[in-house]
Amino acid sequence: MSDTSNRELGSYDGPVREVRFREALRMGMAEEMDRDEKVFILGEEVGHYQGAYKVTEGLLERFGEKRVIDTPITESGFSGIAIGAAMVGLRPIVEYMTWNFSAVAFDQILNNAAKMRQMSGGQLHVPVVFRAPNGSAKQVGSQHSHAMEHFYAHVPGLKVVAPATCADAKGMLKTAIRDDDPVLFMESETLYNLKGLCPEDTDFTVPFGKARIAREGSDATIISWSRIVHVALEAAEELSKQGLEVQVIDLRSLRPLDEEALVASVAKTHRAVVAYEGWPYGGVGAEVVDRIQRLAFDELDAPIERVTTLDVPMPYNAKLEQLVIPQASRIVEAVKRVAYRG
Amino acid sequence: MAKILDMPKLSPTMEEGQISAWHKKVGDSVGVDDLLAEVETDKATMEFRSFDKGTLLAILVPDGSVVKLGQPVAIVGAAGEDVSALVAQAGAASAKPAEAAPAPAATTSSAAHVATAAPAPAPSPAASTSDSGRPKASPYVRKLARERGLALGGVEGSGPGGRIVARDLDSLGASSPAHAAPRGSVPRDPAHGDRSTESRPLSMMRKTIARRLTESKQTVPHFYLTIDIDGDPLHELRQKLLEDLGASLGEGAPKLSFNDLLLKAVAIALVRVPSCNASFSADALLFHRRVDLSVAVAVEDGLVTPVVRDADHKSVLEIAREVRDLAKRARDKKLRPEEMAGGTFSVSNLGMFGIDEFSAVINPPEGAILAVGQMRREPVVRGEAIVPGRRMAMTLSCDHRVIDGAVGAAFLAELRKLLEHPSQILLY
Amino acid sequence: MSQSQTSHQIRTATPKPDEQLELQLGRYRAMQLIRRFEEEAARAYAQGKIGGFLHLYIGQEAIAVGTVEALRSDDYVLTTYRDHGLALARGMSARSAMAELYGKATGCSRGLGGSMHFFDVEHHMLGGYGIIGGHLPIAAGTAFASKYRGEDRVTVVFFGDGAASIGDCHEAMALAALWKLPVVFVCENNEYSMGTPLSRTLAVEDVTARAPGYGMPSDRFRVESVAQVVERISVAIERARRGEGPSLLEMRTYRFRGHSMSDPGKYRTAEEVEERKRQDPLLRLRDELASRGQTSALEGVDQSVEDEVQDALRFADESPEPDASILEATTYKGEFAR
Repeated sequence: MSDTSNRELGSYDGPVREVRFREALRMGMAEEMDRDEKVFILGEEVGHYQGAYKVTEGLLERFGEKRVIDTPITESGFSGIAIGAAMVGLRPIVEYMTWNFSAVAFDQILNNAAKMRQMSGGQLHVPVVFRAPNGSAKQVGSQHSHAMEHFYAHVPGLKVVAPATCADAKGMLKTAIRDDDPVLFMESETLYNLKGLCPEDTDFTVPFGKARIAREGSDATIISWSRIVHVALEAAEELSKQGLEVQVIDLRSLRPLDEEALVASVAKTHRAVVAYEGWPYGGVGAEVVDRIQRLAFDELDAPIERVTTLDVPMPYNAKLEQLVIPQASRIVEAVKRVAYRG
Repeated sequence: MAKILDMPKLSPTMEEGQISAWHKKVGDSVGVDDLLAEVETDKATMEFRSFDKGTLLAILVPDGSVVKLGQPVAIVGAAGEDVSALVAQAGAASAKPAEAAPAPAATTSSAAHVATAAPAPAPSPAASTSDSGRPKASPYVRKLARERGLALGGVEGSGPGGRIVARDLDSLGASSPAHAAPRGSVPRDPAHGDRSTESRPLSMMRKTIARRLTESKQTVPHFYLTIDIDGDPLHELRQKLLEDLGASLGEGAPKLSFNDLLLKAVAIALVRVPSCNASFSADALLFHRRVDLSVAVAVEDGLVTPVVRDADHKSVLEIAREVRDLAKRARDKKLRPEEMAGGTFSVSNLGMFGIDEFSAVINPPEGAILAVGQMRREPVVRGEAIVPGRRMAMTLSCDHRVIDGAVGAAFLAELRKLLEHPSQILLY
Repeated sequence: MSQSQTSHQIRTATPKPDEQLELQLGRYRAMQLIRRFEEEAARAYAQGKIGGFLHLYIGQEAIAVGTVEALRSDDYVLTTYRDHGLALARGMSARSAMAELYGKATGCSRGLGGSMHFFDVEHHMLGGYGIIGGHLPIAAGTAFASKYRGEDRVTVVFFGDGAASIGDCHEAMALAALWKLPVVFVCENNEYSMGTPLSRTLAVEDVTARAPGYGMPSDRFRVESVAQVVERISVAIERARRGEGPSLLEMRTYRFRGHSMSDPGKYRTAEEVEERKRQDPLLRLRDELASRGQTSALEGVDQSVEDEVQDALRFADESPEPDASILEATTYKGEFAR
């Protein structure tokens, strides 16, 4: 366990504090709001209610109503306002209550945030962060369980990241806020309580486009991101008992994607399983598979497998929901198949 | 405290090694610098000696295994120590033969709750060919086969649908299983015995030869210049030297071959035509001020090219002694890697095999190689008469990127003068 | 908008007769430039020099010219895909505009945007947008930024009657009103949502009838002249500048051409179009100036407009195409996120 927590800090060796994932996000936002007057946050219940998932707790008291702004339920409206404000120099952070609700703001993200730099011939850009919990929670049904990164990572002009650790939650959110292009930041309701070590240094940031090795191993590679990284680590423990040591790659940045890390790992293990939330048709997982087959074709000793959400809308029933969501047991089986272990 | 020993790096370019033989058994006590095993690297058979003192508690890979650098091969510790945890730790990371031995048949898929289609259960491993007759192998296996120069036809695949997967090559390397007859072959009369093709695993040396010579022929533009010299003066000089040495030293007189005299002549010619003692590199032409001659030596399963350093500064007798020593150690696989590296020019002599003339493949990064044939007895013209005489042909292969035709020709002209007037060779 | 008459009185009451003539000739020139630009754009489209969509502003010029006159140069303007008129009125050069239509590297958006996406940051023209209503929250956002920074810049945003029913129109107005953002929403009601008349798209044809629901003041009128537009919109602009929040204006106008170049306009009778052309604010201003003895001045203006448009056509024709290297550089800053 200490091995995996060391891996979460990368090369950082400054002071650290144990926090929960939501606090790490809050630290990242507060530090950037301290640093830059142009940064503000808006969304439903972010202020007086202290955040639907308490991510923004205390920020209203600290920064005031001017910079911590409660909105009506108007995702398209306040997304557009954030984009417009960003076009003329502010650096908004938009919190959706969940990424599911971004669907009604899809036009703003697709047609305005992602296109502004291009359709203005480079005159304008949109330094905005959209952040929210993503993927399944617990029994919240089909409309509230979407993995939205797959829709957005398709779009040139957007960046999409999905951290799995407290250190990355803070470091990548700070990078997102400082980025001059729109960044879509995928969190997870079931990660908000996760504890982990988080750098206290206000200069600590984590660059995009660099995957993290969450566990070392040479028999197979599991590629994952966000919450499922932890499921993959669980699967890796089980596989280790069965004599297979797998390398777990936490992609954390989905666009840009760290091709070098994928190639290096597959060159070492010759087998890969991609495990994530989201349906099997297309999506980020299929993109990862394409990069590997194209860039490391000669290294593959087995077809790449994907462990995904099953190809149905998310059911409410608890048992069926667990069946539909990727589980460690399914990852274990997939790894054994690619390793040709009956 | 027991510890895992990993495959050490025994040559500068070694990426993997084959354990030729363990010299210690499990339970033997081991001292610092004791020989543990012999390891065949890409260059030579090297000694793997212990850095630790203790007892050999486990051998993780048997004789014949090919092991990547840094992979576990053995465990050393105090006698009687429990090493099961270390064995487990080394487990999956160690070389594969042990785990690959019984090929598992099919993967039993419980596909019901897997979104993506699970592979269909595999038939029992047999013919690993697709319907088109092409061997069915993973891309990684195809790469390995290319690198090792292996043909995949007939290899049994243990993967789904009989796919040849990496571990099948590992077991091939270790135990060379009998191969199925090629598709469409005609049944043969059993009275003729086993007529199937024998497949021998590639030795490290064979892999190196294959890789380097293929690279040479594919990337170095070769051209060839041949001369045929009057061999009588050299023959007469050698006879005279052997007589004189015998007269003064009797039975203990050193041996002296045509090749020894030739090597000295080549060294002198290279000093006189230094532009032939050169190499091509990506951004410059390299002209060597040292004359280090690589001498091709045939060994049991290939050839090696030990180097006679500073041949221009050594006497013929010194060269003779050194070549004999190098050749013997080459055949015994006792050459150190550095003794086979860094030559500036190669000489390959097949005269002792009765070859009249041939052309050789350049040994990169050297710029040229001289291929020497036998001393031939044949009618020659002396004045107006045809008389019995001796001739000797030699062909220079040049890397045209660094050595042009005129330069090669100038070197051969110098060499001819030296060999046809050979007493001067003794002066240098 | 009876509550605030002061500011526009300051603006419109003072000009002396000479200055008045100068002002009117200037307005005529601005409108004529748009008119001639659009006519030549239509010709170039017919010649195949312009591709994709081309939405002409002919007939609606007084709105853009009047609005720009009422604005400060650092105020923000945004509009729909029918954006050439506003861009030219705001000060974008005819060269830059025509080159954009031709898809050339010298265009305002370097040939990447085309007719629907005119942007000119220098003149605070923050775009033409192709998704109906999608730019209204953006305009609320630029207004939000002004308020956040404590500036008194105003944003004016135009939309068509066809956008009045889409969700973003409502969300933008609801939020702008809630947060008292300095933005003026202007519905350019040209009576047709593409080919469908108002009567078939709006239960209540008066778009400003919604304003009380948001708690916004409003104004509604048929556009007759630039002067009228200046006078009426100034009230809303100055209100926004004082920090009193947004307003909703509906300006009834008429486009003389089809919705776009692929629209034959069969849903209107020739008589209807002819009748409206007689009310054309540009023609009426020309007649007025001619009747005041300005015929030769008008001819001079026409000639200079003609020269400017012909120069723009030549410039667009001769300009280079954008290089492919522009593509990735206008998608992300720095290293491409792939």
